[in-house]
Amino acid sequence: MENNTTNHSRRSFLKSSLLAGGGLMISFSGLAKFNFDGKTTVVNGSEEWSEVTGYIKITPDNLIKILNPNPEFGQNVMTSLPMIIAEELDVDWQKIMVEMGPHDNMKLGPQFTGGSNSVRMYWKPLREAGAAARNMLMQAAAQTWAVPVEEITTKAGTLYHEKSGKSGTYGAFASKASAIAIPKGVKLKDIRSFNTVRNSKKNVEGQKIVTGKPLFGMDHTQEGMLIAMIEHPHAFGMKLKSFDATETLKMPGIKDVFSMKLYEDGFEQAGFDTRTFNDLLVVVGNTTWEVMNARKKLKVIWEPIAERKETIAGFRGKNEVTIPAGLESTTTQLAKMTALAKQPAKQLRRDGDPETAFKNAAHILERTYTAPFLAHNCMEPMNFFAHVTEEKALLVGPHQAPGWIEPTVSKILNLPPDKIEIQMTRMGGGFGLRAYGHYVIEAALISKKVKAPIKLVYSREDDMTYGIYRPMYMATYRAALDANKNLIAFHVKGGGIPEHAVHPNRFPAGTVDNYLAEGWEIPSNITIGAFRAPGSNFNAASEQSFLDELAEFAGKDPIDFRLALLKRGKENPVGKNNEYDADRYAGVLNLVKEKSGWNAPENKKYSRGVAAYFCHNSYAAHVVDMVKKDGQPYVERVFSALDCGVVINPDAAINMVQGAVVDGIGNALYGGLTHKDGAAEQNNFNRYRMIRMKEAPKTIEVHFVENNIDPTGLGEPPFPPVFGAVANALHKNMGKRFYNQPFSKDFATK
Amino acid sequence: MAVYNLKINGQTKQVDVDPATPILWVLREHLDMPGTKYGCGVAMCGACTVHLNGVAVRSCQLPVVAVGNKEITTIEGLSENGDHPVQKAWLEHDVAQCGYCQTGQIMTAAALLKANPHPTEAQIDTAMSGNVCRCGTYVRIREAIQSAAKQQ
Ligand code: FES
Ligand code: FES
Repeated sequence: MENNTTNHSRRSFLKSSLLAGGGLMISFSGLAKFNFDGKTTVVNGSEEWSEVTGYIKITPDNLIKILNPNPEFGQNVMTSLPMIIAEELDVDWQKIMVEMGPHDNMKLGPQFTGGSNSVRMYWKPLREAGAAARNMLMQAAAQTWAVPVEEITTKAGTLYHEKSGKSGTYGAFASKASAIAIPKGVKLKDIRSFNTVRNSKKNVEGQKIVTGKPLFGMDHTQEGMLIAMIEHPHAFGMKLKSFDATETLKMPGIKDVFSMKLYEDGFEQAGFDTRTFNDLLVVVGNTTWEVMNARKKLKVIWEPIAERKETIAGFRGKNEVTIPAGLESTTTQLAKMTALAKQPAKQLRRDGDPETAFKNAAHILERTYTAPFLAHNCMEPMNFFAHVTEEKALLVGPHQAPGWIEPTVSKILNLPPDKIEIQMTRMGGGFGLRAYGHYVIEAALISKKVKAPIKLVYSREDDMTYGIYRPMYMATYRAALDANKNLIAFHVKGGGIPEHAVHPNRFPAGTVDNYLAEGWEIPSNITIGAFRAPGSNFNAASEQSFLDELAEFAGKDPIDFRLALLKRGKENPVGKNNEYDADRYAGVLNLVKEKSGWNAPENKKYSRGVAAYFCHNSYAAHVVDMVKKDGQPYVERVFSALDCGVVINPDAAINMVQGAVVDGIGNALYGGLTHKDGAAEQNNFNRYRMIRMKEAPKTIEVHFVENNIDPTGLGEPPFPPVFGAVANALHKNMGKRFYNQPFSKDFATK
Repeated sequence: MAVYNLKINGQTKQVDVDPATPILWVLREHLDMPGTKYGCGVAMCGACTVHLNGVAVRSCQLPVVAVGNKEITTIEGLSENGDHPVQKAWLEHDVAQCGYCQTGQIMTAAALLKANPHPTEAQIDTAMSGNVCRCGTYVRIREAIQSAAKQQ
């Protein structure tokens, strides 16, 4: 087995220390390579590794506490990551305590939630942390009992020496163990012998959630805390010119109204700092309701922003971007896209001779797909608590990657990182939006300015109209077929505002002799950001819908059609850099085919749509069964098949896939944000349609491919192919193809 | 500002607030009961659901002046020890993902089962469709309500 011992390169370390009262605390920093394109898996011994950390605390009375290192936004890390430690530590899951760990960017590594990486990047380091701790306890017991450590065994938090009949709890040896040097090369468990991981465990915060305990950033409060809200322009492309707060300041509970800049001119932003609006008009008062009310009395004059340049130092290097001026509207954006889609675009990949193949084709199929901006609509709007003084800063709230924002907070407040404490609360959703830092920085600056602890609160309207959306997309797919309707060339030309979604090295690249991928982009002042499975969430809609139509045109079953391509991709792949594993891709298609009874006569009554996709290192396939309900298409059942390697917490993983399916159906059918003269036309749930229970399937059956491959992501992979499967089921249900999201806007025109 | 004596979870609580203040914010910011959530402020998400005389209402739309003598129940007072059948069913089905919407979902479900102890699936869907869950936990919510209905 690979990766089966603990490994410590010279930059990694395990530290143990005595707790007050004499317990063992192991703070572990392993090094795992993390790559933001999500391609690289854990590698041993590389200089480029960055630190990841977990904690184990044991008291003499055998209380065992495991600290979750990573921010929780509903993906279950608060439960699943400690399970990994518990497995190797060999403790009784029912008897341990789990707590959110502290944030320590300098010492403890990334601590971020995004890119479906939590389990993947912590898998090995947390196993090592558990195994090393167990070994130290065994050594302590061996010394005390004067027996060889090899004769010590453990079971559920107790150490045994069978020959002498001696036994003792971990707690009894914790103090002694803490003085023992960190062992190297400790053998990790054989995955096949796991008894905590791979067994469903309930959400450790379940009881707190169902009783309404203050878990979220919105719930954070402190003596003397004020509430701050920001009035931002009601249109992209506008900024603050002047304001009159006379009436606002007369309102009850209002303390202050002022304007300030988020970043000073020329500030070099980090990749996730973000700013949609740089001039902040801030209202501060005693309570949220008072501030909300008082904002209505503001008299503000906004003015257009000129074209501007911003320097962004992201993970892929420094980049100067030009933000255009102007008030954009969806209709003109669509017209621009349609025009640019016909112009030459940037080549992203080429195999064979696609032009000749298209020239010689007996049949050509060409289809164009579009998708709108999407708002994240986390149920908990953006918010953050800040208490900034001359000496230090305390920041508390929901963020996916506090460590990415901390350096900027440090620069802006002119405080060293060790004077900045960030506490991570549970997040009421994130979906990518909470990886961005503007609201954290805003909170810090406001607290500094008003010299008081404040909580910055975004209203739903503020949240929905701030930007950082899923981009707006368009893509044209073309396929060339010979006289026997065999696929001989494939061409994707994708565009977006402001970026395209084309992943040139993904399926069906590698399975077609002649292949061309191209991309084009239109800059915009409407800001965008990561949204659950960025790029993939559009590709899997358009490409999987196109493949379905292609299979139909070729007279083939849509699953068999894909499997045949994958067979080609495995046996005789075209080109290099194909990102996916054709076997695992085919594996989820075969599994969903079997579990859904794809060809069973009793399922003929459903309008069935299938789609599969690979992203974030995992494979997902769905069969969507649609019927008519009250005259409208309704997804009644879904069958899902996933391959994400070892599944840590099966029931929680099923929950996540079910959620991704519902989220996917909702966004495919109803999601979308449009603009008129720079202003969002939807600013709350009365205009932005969210999927609701009556539109959610009756059953979503989830199956995992069973293997012992190191775990990969699960938060994102099941989401994208839902769009394609829904589109394909709609075709059966409505008797026509749907090319433009959200699909429900075309229902009436059937 | 005006003084109100509110009956909340079987106790009388006094607050001095603007008459238009929604109960949502009275609970969250004046009475330190943050289990009731803000999601939209326009009666479209259900995160703020409480019971008014046993009936589910959106507390973001309920001004304190309109409450009078009526009894408010919040998630904090739904059961003594977090063991209302609906709460238990929620744990049994491990419904929550991020969890933010769930107190509102639970309050709507508890009011539904009080009025209609054995709802059909369609009745559940209708009653619950005012509560949004971006994490998409609807399938489990529906199952949990069905379990809770059986246990009553
Ligand atoms: S906050 Fe009251 S319904 Fe959304
Ligand atoms: S559990 Fe996250 S919004 Fe419902």
